[in-house]
Amino acid sequence: MTEMTRRLLLATATAVPFAGWVRIADAAAPKDTAVFAKQIDDIITLDPGECYELSGIEMCTNIYDRLLRYEAEDLNKLVGGVAESWTVAPDGKTFTFKIRPNLKFQSGAPVTAEDVEFSLQRVVLMDKTSAFLLTQLGWSKTTVKDLVKGSGDTLTLKIAADFAPSLVLNLMTSIVASVVEKKVALANETNGDLGNGWLKTHSASSGAFKLIAWKANESVSLEAYPGFRLGAPLLKRVVVRHVPEPASQRLLLEKADADYARDLTPDQIKPLASNPDIKVESFKAANTFYMGLNLGYEPLANPKVRQAMKMLVDYDGMVKSFLAGRFFVQQSFLPLGFFGAIEYVPFKLDVAKAKGLLAEAGYKDGFAVKMAAPNVSPWTEISQSVQQTMGQAGIKVSIEPMELKAVISQYRGRGHQIAMLSWGPDYFDPHTNADTFAHNDDNSDTAKSKPLAWRNKWFIPDITKEMLAAAKELDAKKRAEQYVVLQKKVTDEGPFILMFQNTNQIARRATTTGFNPGITEDLNFYRTIRKS
Amino acid sequence: MATAPVPGTARAWLLSPAPASRRQARFGRWYRAWLGFRRNPLAMSGLAIVALLVLMAVFAPLIVDPQSATLQVLQDRLQPASWQHPFGTDELGRDIFARVVFGSRITLTIVVMVGVIVVPVGLAIGLPAGYFGGVVDTVLMRITDIFLAFPRLVLALAFAAALGPGIENAVIAIALTAWPPYARLARAETLTCRRAEFIQAAELQGASHLRIIATQIVPLCLPSVIIRLTLDMAGIILTAAGLGFLGLGAQPPAPEWGAMVSSGRQVLLDQWWVATIPGLAIFIVSLGFNLLGDGLRDASDSRS
Amino acid sequence: MTSPTAQGAASAAPAWGLARSLANRTTRSLLSVALTFLGLTCVTFFIGRVIPIDPVLAIVGDKASAETYARVRAEIGLDLPIPVQYWRYLVKVVHGDFGNSVITSRPVLHDLLQVFPATLELALLALLIGVVAGVPMGVLAATHRGRWQDQVIRFLSLLGYSMPVFWLGLIGLLLFYARLGWVEGPGRLDVAFDDIVAPIIGMITIDSLLAGEYEVFWNAFWHLLLPASILGYLSLAYVARMTRSFMLAQLRQEYVLAALAKGLSPWRVVWVHALGNVWVQLVTVIALTFGSLLEGAVLTETVFAWPGLGLYMKNSLFNADLNAVLGATVLVGVVYIGLNMISDLIYPLVDPRARDQ
Repeated sequence: MTEMTRRLLLATATAVPFAGWVRIADAAAPKDTAVFAKQIDDIITLDPGECYELSGIEMCTNIYDRLLRYEAEDLNKLVGGVAESWTVAPDGKTFTFKIRPNLKFQSGAPVTAEDVEFSLQRVVLMDKTSAFLLTQLGWSKTTVKDLVKGSGDTLTLKIAADFAPSLVLNLMTSIVASVVEKKVALANETNGDLGNGWLKTHSASSGAFKLIAWKANESVSLEAYPGFRLGAPLLKRVVVRHVPEPASQRLLLEKADADYARDLTPDQIKPLASNPDIKVESFKAANTFYMGLNLGYEPLANPKVRQAMKMLVDYDGMVKSFLAGRFFVQQSFLPLGFFGAIEYVPFKLDVAKAKGLLAEAGYKDGFAVKMAAPNVSPWTEISQSVQQTMGQAGIKVSIEPMELKAVISQYRGRGHQIAMLSWGPDYFDPHTNADTFAHNDDNSDTAKSKPLAWRNKWFIPDITKEMLAAAKELDAKKRAEQYVVLQKKVTDEGPFILMFQNTNQIARRATTTGFNPGITEDLNFYRTIRKS
Repeated sequence: MATAPVPGTARAWLLSPAPASRRQARFGRWYRAWLGFRRNPLAMSGLAIVALLVLMAVFAPLIVDPQSATLQVLQDRLQPASWQHPFGTDELGRDIFARVVFGSRITLTIVVMVGVIVVPVGLAIGLPAGYFGGVVDTVLMRITDIFLAFPRLVLALAFAAALGPGIENAVIAIALTAWPPYARLARAETLTCRRAEFIQAAELQGASHLRIIATQIVPLCLPSVIIRLTLDMAGIILTAAGLGFLGLGAQPPAPEWGAMVSSGRQVLLDQWWVATIPGLAIFIVSLGFNLLGDGLRDASDSRS
Repeated sequence: MTSPTAQGAASAAPAWGLARSLANRTTRSLLSVALTFLGLTCVTFFIGRVIPIDPVLAIVGDKASAETYARVRAEIGLDLPIPVQYWRYLVKVVHGDFGNSVITSRPVLHDLLQVFPATLELALLALLIGVVAGVPMGVLAATHRGRWQDQVIRFLSLLGYSMPVFWLGLIGLLLFYARLGWVEGPGRLDVAFDDIVAPIIGMITIDSLLAGEYEVFWNAFWHLLLPASILGYLSLAYVARMTRSFMLAQLRQEYVLAALAKGLSPWRVVWVHALGNVWVQLVTVIALTFGSLLEGAVLTETVFAWPGLGLYMKNSLFNADLNAVLGATVLVGVVYIGLNMISDLIYPLVDPRARDQ
């Protein structure tokens, strides 16, 4: 303490150089570093066996290599990650992967089938949020050691559930198939946590980047790994900075303090168009924005009322004004870009027709209904627009703005009347969305899983059967057709007012290129970013 | 000084140096305080602002069309000031002027309701503490201290989050955090007059404690409590606006000023008026209450 | 704001029993602190439990399976009766264990040690601005009572009282950062300067000076200046007002007239003698201002993305991160109680008038 005071006195006594008084106008981000301004306060862990938050998945995508991948070079082509090749047994239950030779972890140790075995097993054993991705294959804490086996350069997976092989392979491209270095994880194990505590804030990977630091609600710093399988990333460092306000993101970008701004609203984007130093690009994203109508609330149980309500949303008005560029109308539960997805837009604002339907249903004068919606943009704007248009047909919507997590809490407990939310797919296969929008064969309050159909008390044992059949259909063409039928049924009859699919609008410095995000966070690669 | 009062008028009665009754003396004191208050230009402008706020809230439907405060016209969003929209339009194409005018109702409601809750609660805790002393005092003041030890805004945030959205809940949340100073004030005032002769006289006459508190002590405490409340009004308005800013409080589409600032900050760089004007409204109104309270306190200080 | 000293002054013991009274006072204070602390944790705990956000959801997210959900729920003890949960929490806190935060995955204590200095840095500079500008303004207002200087200063401080701080912050950013470019924007440092200076006490300005990294210092300083000035203005308002009223009381005292009569310069009488006599009271006011600055930080830190205690509290509250909310509230509560206690204790010691009453 005294030493410190002494040094402090010394430091102040030797007068601070006054050069700093003149602020260097553009202390731009360094040449070898890409800086993102992004909201990343959703990150609660960076352990790939636990992480399931959108920003966290994006980080892990760049830090860890996976068993299989869709790579930046071709986002639609399934290729090997650490696996060089793979075969599927004729019964569709046994999968054999050959691990690439000469792959090295950032520590210098070779990547082996044993590491992959460990990585997959630990997801199931730790039983965190994302474990369901693998346990749905029929793997459990007791069986996973027998069903997932690796030795030498060969990894064998056996599944104990009826799933199409393509679905299983797609699962092996998701975050739970990230490869962690077994030795390092176990060296940092405490109380048998398989290294979970340590891996939350450190990395043990063979991927393109190494995690330098994650400061919660502040930043994530990554450093390039020169020995990466596909060659060293083009920049040495990537810093993702948590900037909650879109307006601040824009300022940072304009002042060259950031290379990319990730969460700009259409109103921020528009004025940037005239700035020659900044480019705006759009990429399709895969989130579905919708309202859930709880059938437990009397008027909403009436199919005609639901039909009418679907005609009381000004879809076009919104995407043409305050949602311009950020959303487009998509009224199917599969986002465009997914296997089997159809462009399906049967509903548009039609107050007269809706009034007629309401009258037929016995609600000539409308009714009152509560709507829970997150208390931030764009939810506040969307909910108020919906409030106004529904009001035109006599439906008095009372908006209850809440924290996002409060809305979800209420929704999971089926305590809502209307809940306005979004849904993001878990992996790149239609089953991920179908399994939640079209799955409810146990409508009791104690049901084991809580898919969206269950949350809205939409009891659909038949549709659930069709959905499960589609999941294990081996013939791709037939499978696609089954999903078309399912999508139409859910949109037409279901308790969802499906509204929009989103677009990633990204603003960047004109001199920084190479970040082309894909439809999910699993496809957002940093290694291709370059600066000129 | 003012010219000598003409005998026989109300003014002369009020300013009489030898009041005939306690009532006349009290009114006289108040009148002199008012005269002092009136000479204070800052205080008078505060009074004017508050009066204006009340008028605006009462006559809001006459000033603007009630529909226009919530009517969305998406084609007309984010318009700058014009004859049609004196303060421009917001992100949903609503008239900001109309929203500010109708927002005054929300602000006033919050302020009045918080006052209505806080004063009785503060008195109910502070008076018995000061009057009875001993264990009652210790227990009540310990509770008060606990609430004083909380960061007020955070406590209000927590309550508002726990109670859910709505103005009533915001009022309760703010009131729950605002009462402790009143309890302390009431206790202090009670302590100063607890041993006064007229209280002891009343006790000797066999008046019940409740009666003494209600008839003798409450009237003595009220003036300082009311002044304190006026000074606090600004704080209450700012807290309410802060809650609105953080997304708690009023339900959309209610034109709560704090929420309006919050939604306007997204477009602050290009359409500065959307956030600036409701912010100015909050600022002016709380300034008005501060000026008024400050003047009142000055006037009451010179009275004693 | 009620002065915490009113009580202390009223119940002060005669001079001869000073030591004994101090001992008594300390025991009593400690006891009441313990009680207040208990109440504080109790209220926070129960608020935390009635907030309509499912704490399990904050940990496992929306998509976890039913088994995972149930396991985590049991792990954090949510299936126990609330009083039992509270008791368990209390036992842990007494042992210095505030548990782990959900949103940062780190021990809450570790988090607090990281965010508190950030807020402290902000509050200290704000306080410095408030005192350096506020005290002279208060003195000036007192010596020119009723004249235009007094009116202007009073008006300025009432303006400060009336400012919605979040709004002032936004306008400040718009003007001084976006338009004029005089200061740096949100956050504590530019990315280019991140991770250069290892934290010693956690205040970047001081750490960077200690490390001799002057560029980092200036960058941190320009980031700090705007939010600190805004908070400083608010504290200035309070300090100036209180100084004025303390000074008015002093200037009425006989010694002032006597000193003036003896031919001492009025300047010296006011700035040395009178001001010298009010500093104790001012310390109390400054302590209180400091307390309210910690609180005002919630909104300021939101607007300036300042990773301090206020933002931490808000984020954890809205994520049902109970351990973090409790830890942060307890910290602020303890600071409040501590400030009050210190001023209660010091006041009669150094102010003979309070002692003799």
